[in-house]
Amino acid sequence: MEIGILAYGAYIPRRRLARKSVADANAWFNPALKAQARGERSMCNWDEDAVTMAVEAARDCLTGLARDEIRAVQLASTSFPFEDRLNSGIVAQALNLGAEISALDVGSSQRAATAGLAAALQGTLAGGQALFLASDKRRTKAGSTLEMTSGDGAAAFLIGAGKVIAKLIGAHSRTVDFVDHYRGQGFAYDYVWEERWIRDEGYAKIVPATLAGLFKKCAVEPGSIAHFCMPCTIGKVAASVAKKAGIPEGAVRDNLHAVCGETGCAHSLVMLADALAVAKPGERILVVGFGQGCDALLFEATADLQQLPPRKGVRGYLARRREETNYNRFLAFNDLVTLERGMRAELDKQTALSTLYRKRDMILGLVGGRCGKCGTLQFPKSNVCVNPDCNAFHTQTDHPFAEMSGKVNSHTADQLTYSPDPPAIFGMVQFDAGGRLLADFTDVDIAEVSVGLTMRMVFRIKDYDSQRGFTRYFWKATPAGAAKEA
Amino acid sequence: MANGIRDKVAILGMGCSKFGERWDKEADDLMVEAFEEAIKDAGIEKNQIQAAWLATAIEEQHVGKSGIPLAQALRLPFIPVTRVENYCASGTEAFRGAVYAVASGACDFALALGVEKLKDAGYGGLPQRSRGVLNSMFWPNLSAPGSFAQVAAAYVAKHGCKPSDLKQAMAHVSVKSHDNGARNPKAHLQKKITIDTVMNAPMVAAPLGLYDCCGVSDGSACAIVTTPELAKSLGKSDIISVKAIQLAVSNGLEAQHNSWDGSYFATTRIASTRAYAEAGIKNPREQISLIEVHDCFSITELVTMEDLHISPEGGAIKDVLDGFYDADGTIPCQIDGGLKCFGHPIGASGLRMLYEMYLQLLGRAGPRQRKQPPVFGLTHNLGGFPHQNVSSISIVGLYGA
Repeated sequence: MEIGILAYGAYIPRRRLARKSVADANAWFNPALKAQARGERSMCNWDEDAVTMAVEAARDCLTGLARDEIRAVQLASTSFPFEDRLNSGIVAQALNLGAEISALDVGSSQRAATAGLAAALQGTLAGGQALFLASDKRRTKAGSTLEMTSGDGAAAFLIGAGKVIAKLIGAHSRTVDFVDHYRGQGFAYDYVWEERWIRDEGYAKIVPATLAGLFKKCAVEPGSIAHFCMPCTIGKVAASVAKKAGIPEGAVRDNLHAVCGETGCAHSLVMLADALAVAKPGERILVVGFGQGCDALLFEATADLQQLPPRKGVRGYLARRREETNYNRFLAFNDLVTLERGMRAELDKQTALSTLYRKRDMILGLVGGRCGKCGTLQFPKSNVCVNPDCNAFHTQTDHPFAEMSGKVNSHTADQLTYSPDPPAIFGMVQFDAGGRLLADFTDVDIAEVSVGLTMRMVFRIKDYDSQRGFTRYFWKATPAGAAKEA
Repeated sequence: MANGIRDKVAILGMGCSKFGERWDKEADDLMVEAFEEAIKDAGIEKNQIQAAWLATAIEEQHVGKSGIPLAQALRLPFIPVTRVENYCASGTEAFRGAVYAVASGACDFALALGVEKLKDAGYGGLPQRSRGVLNSMFWPNLSAPGSFAQVAAAYVAKHGCKPSDLKQAMAHVSVKSHDNGARNPKAHLQKKITIDTVMNAPMVAAPLGLYDCCGVSDGSACAIVTTPELAKSLGKSDIISVKAIQLAVSNGLEAQHNSWDGSYFATTRIASTRAYAEAGIKNPREQISLIEVHDCFSITELVTMEDLHISPEGGAIKDVLDGFYDADGTIPCQIDGGLKCFGHPIGASGLRMLYEMYLQLLGRAGPRQRKQPPVFGLTHNLGGFPHQNVSSISIVGLYGA
C-alpha cells in the first residue's frame, strides 16, 4: 500500500506581538527596525514551548482519528526544551500513545523538519503509522531582526498507508555547509551573517539547484506546481526562486510573515499544513526547507483530502488571536529582562523524577480513573472510588481526560500568588462526562470567564525549575470556543 | 455507646498573647506570654500539668517540628507533649487532644497551646510553601484568597444573587469585624473601616479585595483544662465546660465528585450538625449566643453562617445586611474582631476564638462584653481550601446549661 500523509494539523500560539511594539522599544538603538514594523508575529504564552506546541499540533492532526496505529513519533525542532531527554517521548506520553512506539528528536538545522519528514516518508515504516511533528520557539536577542521575523508555531502530520490525503511524488536534497547563521553549544542565541550574501549565494543558488534535481528525478514539469511552500524572511526571495525554477507565480504561497512570522524549522511544514487546508485533489504541493543545503518535497493531494474530518489547522489557530502590544511582556516571557518576580517566585520547584515517572500517565497524560462498579470518572485515579454511594476498593481503570470537555464551576483571578503572567486564573472545571479538576486556566482573559463556560484541556508548562533547568508539564483548561475549526 | 464530650471537661484557665507584627518576639516569647496569663487564671502550678498539645501549622517558618518547642519554652517537666497540625483547625486540634485526655481520665490537668510566628517570611500574606511532591505537579499555584474566591463565584451562580449584593454583604462582614476589633486591645488591627474602604480596596483575588482578607500576624493562645469536679474543688464557681468538639475532614468528594456545587463548605455542614447533637442543641439560631467563625475571608464567614445552619441556605446576605451578626445583633459573630482583626497565626487561632468565648461566658470581656449573658458559644475553624478542607466546631458554655 502506498505511504503518504494521512492527516495534517497545526498550532499557532494565541498571542500576536505587534512588530511596531518591538520597533518602538528598540528603534532608539537600531532605527532600521522601523522598516520592519509592520504586521505581527506569533508568540508563545509563558507556559508554551516546542514540546507543548507539538502536542497541540498533534492533537489537531489527530482530530477525529484513532491513535492506536501510531508506532513512531518524530519531533523536529531547534529549540528543544531538553538537550538530553527525549522531547518526542514527552509528546508521546502526553498523547497517551503507549510504550510500544519509537521516538526520535531531529534538530540542529532549520532544515530539520523537511529532512525529517522526507526521511519518515521514505523510510521503511514496518507497519503502523508515524506522527511527524515540527515545532519551534527560537530564542532571539532583543531588538534583533530575527526577533522581528520569527514566530512560534508547530505542524503535525500523520504518515502511513491507507487513506492518503497527499502522496509524496519525490524528494531531493542538497547538502552544502553554507552557514547563514549558527548557534554554538552553550550559546543561547544565533549568530547571523549578512542578509544580501545569504540571499545571493544561499537561497538564489542552492534552492534552484535542488529544485532542478527534484524535477528531473520525478520527471515533473515545474509549471504543474499549484502550491509552492518556501519560507524565507528576506523579501521576494521565494518569488524569484519560483521564477528561476519555472514555477507559476500564482503558486507561491503566502509565507505568513504578516500574521505569524517564520516559525523556525517548523515553518516549511506550517506552510504545507496551510496549503493542504485549501489544496484540491490532484494539485501538486512543493515544500522547500533551507539550511546548510536544501530539501525539496513534492506532494500531490488526493481525493481523500476532502474526506478528512475538519480541523483547526493554521488558519483556525490564526483566527484564535489576541494582540500583544506590550513588548515588555514578550521580554519577560522569554527571560530577556531581569524582572523582579517577588519572593513567592523563589519557591523550590524541584521535581522528584521518581514520582513523575510513577505518575507519568496522570501528570503528562491526564489519565484519571473510571470505577468499574459504578462508572464514576475521577481524577486522579485512586484506590477507592470517590462516589459516596460506591466507595469500592480497587475498581478503577485508566480513563483519559485530555480530550474531554468541561465547564467552569468556579473561578478567580489571583493577584497574590506567583504567576509569570499575573493574575493567575484558575478554577474548578467539571467534565461533562464526570470528574472534575481544580485547574489552571491559560490563554484566557478574566472577562471572558464565567460559571458554565465550556473549556478544553491543553498540555502546558506547569513550572520551570530555573535552578536545575527542568520544565514541569501538566494540563490546563482553556476556553473551548476560542479556537474555531477552519 | 459513646455519648460525646458534653460537660465532661472544664476550662480552668486561658491566656492569649497580643496578636500582631511582633517583630521583637520569638515564638517562645509568645508562648510564655499566653501561658503566664492562663496558669495564673487556672490557679495551679505549672508542674501540675500532666500532658500538653502544641499546635503549629507552618512550623518550618518558626519552631520546627515536634512537641519540644513547647516543652522547652515552658520547661515542662518531661511530660508528654504532642505537636498537632491540621491546617487552620490546628489550635482546635490541640484543644481536642487536651480535652479528650482529661475526659478519658488519663490526666487531671492538660494544656493546649497554639502558636505561630508568621512574620518572618519577608513578605505579606501567608508564607508560600510546597504542597507536597505530587500535589505540586498538578495543583494550581493558588493563594489562600484565590482558593476561597472560588466560593463566591459558585455562590452567585447557585443562588442567582447579584455579585454586587454579595460584595456589599461581604463588605458588611469586614466592617463589622473592624468595629469589634477596635474595642480589643489584643487585636492586631484596631481601626474601624467603612464600607467604601472595603468596596474600593485593591483586588487580591476577585471578588476578594484587600479588606475581604484577614491579616497575617504572630500570636499565641492557650487553654488549661480539667474535670468540672476538680475545677470546683479549686474554688471555681462559674465553670465553663466543653459541650462539643467536632471535626469533619474532606475525603476528596468536593475535589473530585460532581455532587458538590462549590457554593458551600460540605465539611462545616456535617461538623456543625454533629456538634449540635453532641451539645444537645436543637435549634442553633435560637440557642447559640455567640459565634467566632473562621473569617479568613469575608466570603468564608458569610457562607459559614449558612453552613452552621443559623442562616437559611441562600439567606446569609440578608441576615448579614440586617445586622443579625453584629455585636448588638441576635448572634454576634467575631465579637472580638475575628481573624479579620487578629490576623491568623494558624496554630493559635482556634484557641484565640475559645479565649473570647471563655471571657464572654465569664463576663470578663470588658468593653466588648455582651450585655445579654451568653449561654453557648461556638467556634469554627476551616483549614485548607473550599474543595478540600478540615472544619472544626467547638461549643463551650456554662456548666450544666
